[in-house]
Amino acid sequence: MASAGRSSPAAAVETPSTTKRIEPVAGVPLIFELSSEGRRATDLSPRAAGERRGAEIIGAELCREDLPGFPELSEPQVIRHFMRLSQLNFAQALQFYPLGSCTMKYNPVVNDELAALPGLAGLHPATPAHLAQGALELLARMEAALAEITGMDAVTLHPAAGAQGELTGLLMVRAYHRKRGEVRHKVIIPDTSHGTNPASCTLAGFEVIVAKSNRRGYLEAAEVRRLVSDDVAAMMVTNPNTLGIFEPEIQEIAAALHDRGAMLYMDGANMNALLGVAKPGHMGADVVQLNLHKTFSTPHGGGGPGAGPVAVKKHLEPFLPMPRLKHSGAGYAFDAERPDSIGRMRSFHNNFGMIVRAYAYILALGGDGLGMASRLAILGANYVRKRLQPHFPSATGEPSMHECVLSHDLEKRANVSTLEIAKRLLDFGIHPPTIYFPLVVPGALMIEPTETESKEILDSFVDAMERIYDEALNDAERVKNAPQTLPVSRVDEAGAARRPILRWEKKA
Amino acid sequence: MRFMPHTESDIAAMLETIGAKHLDDLIAHVPANLRARATINLERGCSEADVVREISALAARNTGASGFVSFLGAGYYRHYVPAAVRAVVARAEFATGYTPYQAEASQGTTQAIFEFQTLITQLTAMEVANASMYDGASAAAEAVLMARRLMPKRPVVALSRALWPEYRATIRTYLSALDGIEIVEVPFDDATGATDVSALDRIANDRLLCTVTGYPNALGVIEPIGSITEKTHRAGGLAISATAEGIALGLLRAPGELGVDIAVGEGQSFGLPLQFGGPGVGFMAARLTHLRQMPGRLVGQTRDRDGRRAFCLTLSTREQHIRRERATSNICTNHSLCALAATVYLSLMGRVGLRELAERNVELAHQAAAVLEVAGIRRRFSGPFFNEFALKLANPSAALEAAERRQILAGVALGADYSELSDALLVSVTEMNHGDEFSRLAAAIAEAR
Repeated sequence: MASAGRSSPAAAVETPSTTKRIEPVAGVPLIFELSSEGRRATDLSPRAAGERRGAEIIGAELCREDLPGFPELSEPQVIRHFMRLSQLNFAQALQFYPLGSCTMKYNPVVNDELAALPGLAGLHPATPAHLAQGALELLARMEAALAEITGMDAVTLHPAAGAQGELTGLLMVRAYHRKRGEVRHKVIIPDTSHGTNPASCTLAGFEVIVAKSNRRGYLEAAEVRRLVSDDVAAMMVTNPNTLGIFEPEIQEIAAALHDRGAMLYMDGANMNALLGVAKPGHMGADVVQLNLHKTFSTPHGGGGPGAGPVAVKKHLEPFLPMPRLKHSGAGYAFDAERPDSIGRMRSFHNNFGMIVRAYAYILALGGDGLGMASRLAILGANYVRKRLQPHFPSATGEPSMHECVLSHDLEKRANVSTLEIAKRLLDFGIHPPTIYFPLVVPGALMIEPTETESKEILDSFVDAMERIYDEALNDAERVKNAPQTLPVSRVDEAGAARRPILRWEKKA
Repeated sequence: MRFMPHTESDIAAMLETIGAKHLDDLIAHVPANLRARATINLERGCSEADVVREISALAARNTGASGFVSFLGAGYYRHYVPAAVRAVVARAEFATGYTPYQAEASQGTTQAIFEFQTLITQLTAMEVANASMYDGASAAAEAVLMARRLMPKRPVVALSRALWPEYRATIRTYLSALDGIEIVEVPFDDATGATDVSALDRIANDRLLCTVTGYPNALGVIEPIGSITEKTHRAGGLAISATAEGIALGLLRAPGELGVDIAVGEGQSFGLPLQFGGPGVGFMAARLTHLRQMPGRLVGQTRDRDGRRAFCLTLSTREQHIRRERATSNICTNHSLCALAATVYLSLMGRVGLRELAERNVELAHQAAAVLEVAGIRRRFSGPFFNEFALKLANPSAALEAAERRQILAGVALGADYSELSDALLVSVTEMNHGDEFSRLAAAIAEAR
């Protein structure tokens, strides 16, 4: 509702500002607030007469009395509640979602159906290997496909997400050095890196040294040579980097590291730029993690589940986490006898459901289609960059790969911040780009259009950005009061952190 | 190229705007020696029908996924998943959004996570729960790391030997790079199958950081969490409980009631398919006083500018994208959609239904144990159990083979992970099992003896 008293009650994009806004779905109660004692949404088949109840069998002293506050609803209420909640979301399937570094491409719907096939969804992880050969072969084929795509020698599908893949890779690097009798304490990380890189280093017991990218936005081998020493275990490089630039000196950087016995860890978060364009293995990477929920189109789920396979060169293969897939005359099985393995990172084998989807995606596109995907992703980023150049200039003069990082002068000219621009984009039905990242670009807008968006969509995004630029100069309040067309207006995030309310509590 | 909307003329127009002639001009700056070898040598792309045929053929070769009577458990459980759960998680509005960084455009996801956090605190009787972890094992590892941040000077991490082997292994990996940690294993009692509480006395001193105990444990036994917690606290340590079978929390005394400091577990039982072991969903709950050291995403309730209730990610100064190398964890993407499934599932089960389901699991498992006992097949341990128990067998692998011939997956041999338990077979019974299956299992095992 446009509240009275605002100097310029900004309204929905295409609605006159005098119209009272109709909230699409206002104030959905919490599931607990819909609850009524005695309602239920499930029925068990009846217990046989005279059968003792579970609580009696194990004894009341082991049992809780109740589940206070737990919901009590009928099935239709539960369905309506969550269907209504779903309507409050932006999503890739509904909107242009150019969230930089996140690769919000189309998630083929058939892949969800395939993962749900009874032979895949109903398979228990403890099923004997000879009764699960289809699943194991799928995993083996996926390992081989990712090795081919990355130009690496061996792949583990074990890690649950990109960040866990990073930790896996770093622990392997650590184990490799220790096996050779070397204890190295440091890892070099560029100032443009994702936050997970330094956080993973800490978990892996490494100290972080920060490498500075040059004015043009990339890393120079000279900087790496300056920082590398016998105490450096590895350097983590995202390529293309978070400015969307292909690291031109990556091969020299790899050589500089290898000369001192250090390794090149490549963060594959931006692999969507490289399919059929350049392989990490050829660049000199010793280890690279991939994010199946980015490059390989598995749905991001509002924050996971993802999957974070790790590909390595031969010399790191013995250290891969357990379990490892092996093949013998009897077919595929998991191998538990691996003395140099860093061990296990999680329960069971891997996020199999996501691997099925990603494998289906690779089959659908094939080698040729994957190569085209990266080329069209790069086309989209450069097109958006070029068209927005007059008002949102690129933060770098180097060519963009699959994403572009732009800046603007609205902060200075109109006191309008990047955050406010992002919020105003929501009113145009567009999910904002990643903002204020990378940290080296003040007020950054990091835009990753992906290959699954049409020219018309990119054009409408450019139009929206240009219109916001005009609004910022002529009607700044409209931008500052955005969003106005969503179920809620600007959310008080500072207030949430000041007085944390992290669960619903029954009123006394 | 059905996922890419570009027509030839679109590509031409876009290239012209950019000032390039060919698509490959856009990557001309990538070193030529890399481009020259970059071709991906996989088969060419194919139609949706071909993809379906290919994957379906692989699925059909997983003969163990159907047609067998199953007693497999050991950390992942067969439960009925109501259709309503699948209907909600299939919604693209939930499935195809990113982590809800833009609160105004993610009220559905953030509110659902807030509800998930609340449900987990209710189940565990704890004060605060996070938005989810990858799975039970990594949640247990993160709980130990959290304990370490709370009490950095204490080195000893005491893992119950009856804690799930995969949880113990994951904790070991996560701690492997950190200095000043000593991992000790607390034995279990060979008769009861419960953690040997008296063995805790030897390590209950000011060096004890935490104890980690399965609840129920990997041998199926309901642990005396209260006594373990008491001893842990007397030494000033933190008590961590890990639950792989979440349904048990619908009936058993809640970790929070028993004094547990950090309660973690696996939420797969809450509406997620078996899916060959993943993705599941980890949960973590703790006391409010420990909030600042908690890993992972948290959703908080707040207001919008017009005073309406709203939800957003909060306390992110703990997290990697803000704190970088000083973050509480490196976790970024977690298992949000699986947490949504759990939220729908628990809402459907409800206050009465979840307890009834938990009781039904107890009833059926005890019925099965009784049928086996009549056939002369005894339990390996005497401790109380929920829906899983170990059988004492001279030759578990022979029993497994005999059962398989009768289209029964009889359970998981414990000898693979416990050399001292080469005589034990872990059998899991849920509401998916029926009375007549128990006598079939008994007959198959009897045949192998």
